[in-house]
Amino acid sequence: MSTDGTGSGEPILQATGLVKTYGRVVGLDGVDLELYPGEVLAVIGDNGAGKSTLIKCLTGAEIPDEGTIRLEGRQVHFKRPQDARAHGIETVYQTLAVSPALDVAANLFLGRELRKPGPLGTVLRVIDRKRMRQRAEEELAEMGITTLQDVTVPVENLSGGQRQAVAVARAAAFGSKVVVLDEPTAALGVRESQQVLEMIASLRDRGVPVILISHDMPQVFEVADRIHVQRLGKRAATITPRTHSMTDAVAIMTGAMREDVR
Amino acid sequence: MNQHATASPGPDLAEEFLDRSTPLSAIRNLLHRHPAISPAIVLIAAVAVFGGLNERFLEPSNLSLVSQQVAVVGTLALAQTLIILTAGIDLSVGAVMVLGSMVVAQTTVQNGVPAPVGLGLGLAVGLGAGAANGFLVTRLKLPPFIVTLGSLNIFLALTLLYSGGATVRGGDMPALLTLTGETFAVGGVNITVGVVMMLVLYIALALILQGTAWGRHVYAAGDDPEAARLAGIRVQRVLASVYLAAGAILAVAAWIQIGRSNAASPNTGVDLNLDSITAVVIGGTSLFGGRGTVWGTLLGALIVGVFRNGLSLVGVDVLWQTFAVGVLVIAAVSIDQWIRKARK
Repeated sequence: MSTDGTGSGEPILQATGLVKTYGRVVGLDGVDLELYPGEVLAVIGDNGAGKSTLIKCLTGAEIPDEGTIRLEGRQVHFKRPQDARAHGIETVYQTLAVSPALDVAANLFLGRELRKPGPLGTVLRVIDRKRMRQRAEEELAEMGITTLQDVTVPVENLSGGQRQAVAVARAAAFGSKVVVLDEPTAALGVRESQQVLEMIASLRDRGVPVILISHDMPQVFEVADRIHVQRLGKRAATITPRTHSMTDAVAIMTGAMREDVR
Repeated sequence: MNQHATASPGPDLAEEFLDRSTPLSAIRNLLHRHPAISPAIVLIAAVAVFGGLNERFLEPSNLSLVSQQVAVVGTLALAQTLIILTAGIDLSVGAVMVLGSMVVAQTTVQNGVPAPVGLGLGLAVGLGAGAANGFLVTRLKLPPFIVTLGSLNIFLALTLLYSGGATVRGGDMPALLTLTGETFAVGGVNITVGVVMMLVLYIALALILQGTAWGRHVYAAGDDPEAARLAGIRVQRVLASVYLAAGAILAVAAWIQIGRSNAASPNTGVDLNLDSITAVVIGGTSLFGGRGTVWGTLLGALIVGVFRNGLSLVGVDVLWQTFAVGVLVIAAVSIDQWIRKARK
């Protein structure tokens, strides 16, 4: 494991005092979150604790009413997911958000297709399929994703784990700064979940910080460096797998145990 | 994937999906990846059967007739394919085409507008109709079925109001307008300019759909709009552009229609919207979007044309021809479903 997990240096992504209300329902009630370079930060919490809302604010799917988000020390304002993506924050959703009929390479480059050089690409906007396949293979090899050997296979022919691998690869490729995974294993079987966890660990080892939202405590404790516990729209605590047990984490989540924030 | 897992209990998932073990699964996989294969087989079989039943079927004059019958439906079906790839449906294609052809004919013949300008006005009608349908679908978020059911009636009414129900004869039109009906011989078969135009449109759209980012986004938007949105594709913008492109194709269909019937009539071709959907479905394009090719649609249009023509040559009543086309549609969709289920 790479970092010592307590968080050192400047956070790459920092949220301060995020508030988000839906009518009279308070989704976030002043949440702080820090993500440090080279770590896996898990976000856990009971249903309705504000996990999803927090992640949506960080990835541009929702705009917080109050509070600030800083990326590499600079304040950012995301109005839509594309804004966050343009800043290098990539998100993997639990719904396996890939296009089934398109092949692996096409999915990796979906929305940022490579064009052919010369007027064929600039004027006629012809895409460079060969180069995209080549680059896709390179990216997958570099990420150590061995479950996808043929990038010309339509995604619908892949297993759930392989599809999620495509989604993770898409998020992690192309020099992204932060990868956010929202319940990436919720739709997967045991062995496939394990593959995704390995991918998360290898992402971190390559220096890409990861935010992992998960319900699965054993998974969280296996892969996370630090754990952000969300409760009633606030951060109840940030703990580490070394200093706290799963029972402690559940106790903090449910309010049975109090912990100083950070 | 599961049938592979049971057929070859390999330890590695990656090996399993590469392992196309049985011949049957290989065929299914092939049909699944290339949905145009099954309509191609149906077309070849139909041609063989009708050619065997009646020797006149394969005569050049008859093949020429089939190609002309297919030109208009085939072009409408091309526009329809674009829409259906986005999981939409366009009931107004026939009505838009007829409105376009009336505008082209009337402005040139009655208002004395130069023929190229008249064709330009026809294009404007197609684009305008596409923009209107696209606006209602993407901005007001109405279901395409309802939007085009409404616009079908609106365009039909506009056509009759505008034309007063009168037909414009081809003889009164400038030569440019009926150019699409001009023929030239290729190996004894008379081919019309309209047929060539249709083929050029097919080739162009096939290249665009396969070779450009826009083409991929059309498939992605139809396949899973939410996934496409999350991948950063502006789905609504893609949809709007699809309706516009379809409108432009319908304007060309209007031109082909004028040449084909050597007239512009407010009543000809109104019912072709259903034939266009039939061609697309027989051609293997999924009504749920994201799957299909324009070549499948061309095959579908040819199958409908061959069935109608072949059955009438054999002496089957026209009502039974329609019956047969109906059976064909249901059979095509059933086969399609079987292939998809077999995959899972």
